[in-house]
Amino acid sequence: MDLDALLRCVGTTSCVVTQLTSGMIIGMLLFLIASGVTLIFGVLNVINFAHGSLYMIGAYAAWTFYQLTGSYFVSALGAAVAVGVLGVLFERALMSKVYGSNVLMQLLVCYAVVLISDDLIKIIWGPVPLSMGMPPEFRLPPIRFMGGVIPPFYLFMILAAMAIGLLLWLVIVRTRFGSIVRAAAINGPMVSALGIRVNLYYAAVFGIGSALAGAAGALAAPVRSLTPGMGFSILIESFIVTVIGGMGSIVGAFVASIIIGLTRSFGSIGFPLFVDGVMFLIMALVLIFKPSGLFGRAHR
Amino acid sequence: MTSIESGRASRRRVLKGAGAMAAVGLVGAPAISKAQTGAIKIGVPTILSGRVAILGQTSVGGLKDVFDKFNAAGGINGRKIEMVVRDSKGAPQEAAKVTRDLINNDKCEIILDAEASSAAFAVQEVIREVGVLCIHSNSETSSLTADPKLHVPTAFRTARQGIHDAIGGGDYAAKIAKAKGLKKWATCSPDYAYGRSNTAEFMEYAKHFDGNIQVVEESWPKLFQPDYTEVVTKLLNAKADAMYSALWGGDLVAFIDQANLYGLFDKQASFMVNLGDYGVVDQVKQFPQGVYSGGRYNRVVPPTKENEEWYQNYVKTQKHKPTNWSWENAVAAEFIVEALKKTNGDTNGKKMAEAIKGMTLKSQFGTKGSVTMRAEDNTLVDYIIGYGVSLSKEPYVADFQSSAWEPIFELEKQWKKKQGYIS
Repeated sequence: MDLDALLRCVGTTSCVVTQLTSGMIIGMLLFLIASGVTLIFGVLNVINFAHGSLYMIGAYAAWTFYQLTGSYFVSALGAAVAVGVLGVLFERALMSKVYGSNVLMQLLVCYAVVLISDDLIKIIWGPVPLSMGMPPEFRLPPIRFMGGVIPPFYLFMILAAMAIGLLLWLVIVRTRFGSIVRAAAINGPMVSALGIRVNLYYAAVFGIGSALAGAAGALAAPVRSLTPGMGFSILIESFIVTVIGGMGSIVGAFVASIIIGLTRSFGSIGFPLFVDGVMFLIMALVLIFKPSGLFGRAHR
Repeated sequence: MTSIESGRASRRRVLKGAGAMAAVGLVGAPAISKAQTGAIKIGVPTILSGRVAILGQTSVGGLKDVFDKFNAAGGINGRKIEMVVRDSKGAPQEAAKVTRDLINNDKCEIILDAEASSAAFAVQEVIREVGVLCIHSNSETSSLTADPKLHVPTAFRTARQGIHDAIGGGDYAAKIAKAKGLKKWATCSPDYAYGRSNTAEFMEYAKHFDGNIQVVEESWPKLFQPDYTEVVTKLLNAKADAMYSALWGGDLVAFIDQANLYGLFDKQASFMVNLGDYGVVDQVKQFPQGVYSGGRYNRVVPPTKENEEWYQNYVKTQKHKPTNWSWENAVAAEFIVEALKKTNGDTNGKKMAEAIKGMTLKSQFGTKGSVTMRAEDNTLVDYIIGYGVSLSKEPYVADFQSSAWEPIFELEKQWKKKQGYIS
């Protein structure tokens, strides 16, 4: 514990700005992944334990598209779309078969997908870590703001994640597609009785959730080592976010991601050896005092 | 003659392994000594998956050339060497299981432990039980061979040792610190045995050689941590004059990529013991210039014909560049081959250990053209240690300064006394 250092940081504008943006960077990447997990759970009532693998595939797909096109924006978009399509195939071929099954069965299917995708990544891209490197358009000196330091790419990451989150919220809340999805989440058979092909909507939701993971992988690719199995550690944190925010709540995922991001960024100064402990402590407290999560409601 | 298999357990294999474990507990070493016919099987537990899969890949690359030459020359008494390589994923419990499996199920007579320190200690304990010859080729944590409580008579180390790097590196860093007035230091190293001990030892000797140095910030990211953002910003906020890091492999690549975004290397002098290795320099897209880089493996260090030939041959046969782990494993393989010649092919752990103890080998990786397996603690000495300044392109290092071994021996002895390892 170094609470003096934390207090010194909180009393310094430059440190606060740097740590706040650092927390937002960590949080927004988590948000993209957790929002996919929470969306899929909220509508389909399944926990996609293979979501980290979709993030990993997104990062590798972005790396490949970048080698082919040289354009980071095309690569990021391509990765999100590719992983979205893969998600639809995954849902139709496997996950749809375990809807309504117990969690253990869903876990087994997802775990199999995790192992297979890790091995496929090894076969296709090799076991050695890959690095995309920073795209030339972002190779700029860091921005100075009130004495703090903000890398331009991280600013782009934060804004991109926020824009994607806002778009997702608008689609779910303001569009006919979103209305049907929300209705199907509450009572699928009734929506089906109205002549709507609910299965198509389920597949679309799974695809959107997967595309979010793919987009997160593409955003992470320039600054993280690409390795088989890279989705595992981020999956644990995204589950913590989902639980704190409330299973099925996109707003909850957003708020919880920021909480976790700031816990990690300020925690690394004040309690560096207990950051993970504090994250789990927050989750435990939420589970004790509001088991449905900060923004969740008791689920069917 | 290399087979590479995943360490993942099938039910049948788990049952077989469990049965064999029980059996070895009952009959112990005799079961091993009976197996001295056919190929000499050498078990290699290593990391073949995840962020540091390059460790396993380039370790095997270093071994293969030596064993291939031995086999091409006919082996010994008609017996050739066969490597059995297994993935432990760097996890201690998996490494211990894989090692037992290699000995009991695959009938390996020698273990070449190409694990990182996170798992090498677990392998050491298995070797203590079964008594086969083991060479730790990658673990650099000093206590593995320096601490008499951990000593296993049949276990040796050809990996460079943290305390040696720390004394050599501390001396180098102190000279730079005095010349440039670098007083406030921060550290950033992985949070496990190697990272902790290596960093403590480096800073201890940097302070020993320059009393003005003080550590104002310490960061301990987890091994294989994906995101270093909070670590980088913490280092920035520390406003230190210099930083020391023992990060390595893919972790170091990710750290450099993320630190570059904040311009961290422009704000402070950086000393990175594991930077100067092809596995890192080839992966970092914006390689930082002017960082003080520890010597790991480089084709121009030493700038000899033998080293260049070894590099060229490695690249030709393995289709990738060698790393620090490649030379460490090549040396381990050389010791095994020489010991087999001395024992006339007898792989008995005690006999092989007697042969290797104190052995000096002609080697291009040695300061004087040779390396020695020091008898008193079964660890390698006289290999090339030093630091240079990083360059963003080939040869990636300039002004390499090799550390002298006499002062290292002297200070190492004092360090051992301080640790209570010797009286």
